[in-house]
Amino acid sequence: MSVSDNVIQISHLKFNRGERCIFKNINLSIPKGKITAIMGPSGTGKTTLLKMIGGQLTPDSGKVIVQGTDVHSLARAELFSLRKNMGMLFQSGALFSDMSVFENVAFPLQVNTDLSVELIRDVVLLKLQAVGLRGATSLMPSELSGGMARRVALARAIALDPQIVMYDEPFAGQDPIGMGVLVTLIKKLNQSLGHTSVIVSHDIQETLSIADYICILADGEVIAQGSASEIRESSSQKVQQFIHGYPDGPVPFHYPSVALMDELTG
Amino acid sequence: MLDTLAITGRLCIEKLAGFGRATFVLLHALLVWPQPGNSIPLIVKQLYSVGVKSLLIIVVSGLFIGMVLGLQGYTILVDFASEDAVGQMVALSLVRELAPVVTALLFAGRAGSALTAEIGLMKATEQLASLEMIGVDPLRRIVAPRLWAGFISMPLLSMIFAIVGIYGGAVVSIDWLGVYSGSFWSVMQSSVDFYDDVLNGVIKSLVFGFVITWIAVYQGLESVPTSEGISQATTRTVVYSSLMVLALDFVLTALMFGNI
Repeated sequence: MSVSDNVIQISHLKFNRGERCIFKNINLSIPKGKITAIMGPSGTGKTTLLKMIGGQLTPDSGKVIVQGTDVHSLARAELFSLRKNMGMLFQSGALFSDMSVFENVAFPLQVNTDLSVELIRDVVLLKLQAVGLRGATSLMPSELSGGMARRVALARAIALDPQIVMYDEPFAGQDPIGMGVLVTLIKKLNQSLGHTSVIVSHDIQETLSIADYICILADGEVIAQGSASEIRESSSQKVQQFIHGYPDGPVPFHYPSVALMDELTG
Repeated sequence: MLDTLAITGRLCIEKLAGFGRATFVLLHALLVWPQPGNSIPLIVKQLYSVGVKSLLIIVVSGLFIGMVLGLQGYTILVDFASEDAVGQMVALSLVRELAPVVTALLFAGRAGSALTAEIGLMKATEQLASLEMIGVDPLRRIVAPRLWAGFISMPLLSMIFAIVGIYGGAVVSIDWLGVYSGSFWSVMQSSVDFYDDVLNGVIKSLVFGFVITWIAVYQGLESVPTSEGISQATTRTVVYSSLMVLALDFVLTALMFGNI
């Protein structure tokens, strides 16, 4: 795969939060037009990595190149301009609580384009139709279920037809039907709109079923990357523990502490 | 000894960095206004939320404080057969001091805490991050309209407080205690100066409005995005704002009336 095929290029990324090292040295390429999954145990910095791609966090060192531009070298206004090419589905949905479903989806179009009111209405209805919620235009976010809120957020994330869509834990807290709907939607949207999808998740089966390329983070590094079958066949114990959900292994069940007997006997 | 120095130094650096961030927020908000076609409706919406919704507490408080002033003033002045001057006492107390200060304290409790909680919750529910990813600057969209609404509404609320307070004082003094209405109003008219008293009161309320709103939005933006973090930020807004109002009131009073 040549460098030009990669829409996002992350190199030598280092990041600490206080005393804690989040990324020791992350090198990662995200191919254009594909679904790339970033996976790993909780607390390994998956969401942090998305925030760095979006320029919401700045690394201690290293580069994040998005569409040929170093995200962290941009001025504030340039960064906001670059973000118009990115859509992001937040874990909580992050819908604006004072706006209806229609207004939420229309918002990116109203603030970033000169489209007429009629055209914006048509685009919003088409996006809501794509996520199956055209009938819910007048509802407020507080009236939506968790799954519906995430679908509305997805419609908003793709409202501007961005070239990159990032999904932060899209399947977390979903019932099986909601999860199935989201898996299908992400796959279909990626195929029909041709954008690059980056999914952060630790829902193994759902993510492996749709991802073209998978990258597993642990201990501040990329410990495995490749296609779903390559990940399943990985010889790394950490990868095997993660994808099979073993409670103990290289990632220990117990938080580090002194031996139980020593503590009990003082 | 060295540890103490290090801790003091770290605290000073943190406070300075916080002040720098707060100044950035303030300047950014001041520099982006007005933005025709977009900012005005947002400011009007916030004026309603911050100003109009604070009206009830301001009017009721102003009325009772004016009535108490009338009652207390009459009780003291009647001993010196100077009850006609109760109008002057009520008006000057309200216009110079009580209207700006009490309005500011009520404003900090009612509107300041609401601003902090609202912005803090927007942060906790990732609405601010979501705005950023849509390509909209939250400082421009969320913070600037709230700052301007606070700056504009605080002097207006203070003036309303003073007017209602004077009315309350007049009701008690004239209607209940029998002070002659002609002398009540004429003594007030002759003793209250527009520039020295009214304008200085308005300047005070402008400064208080500026400080309270600045503290409120900054605390909201800096709050830890948890229920406990937002609760602490809201408390900090009310405490810092109230202390700043009282301290600034002394400074401004010394500057305005110190030579009298």
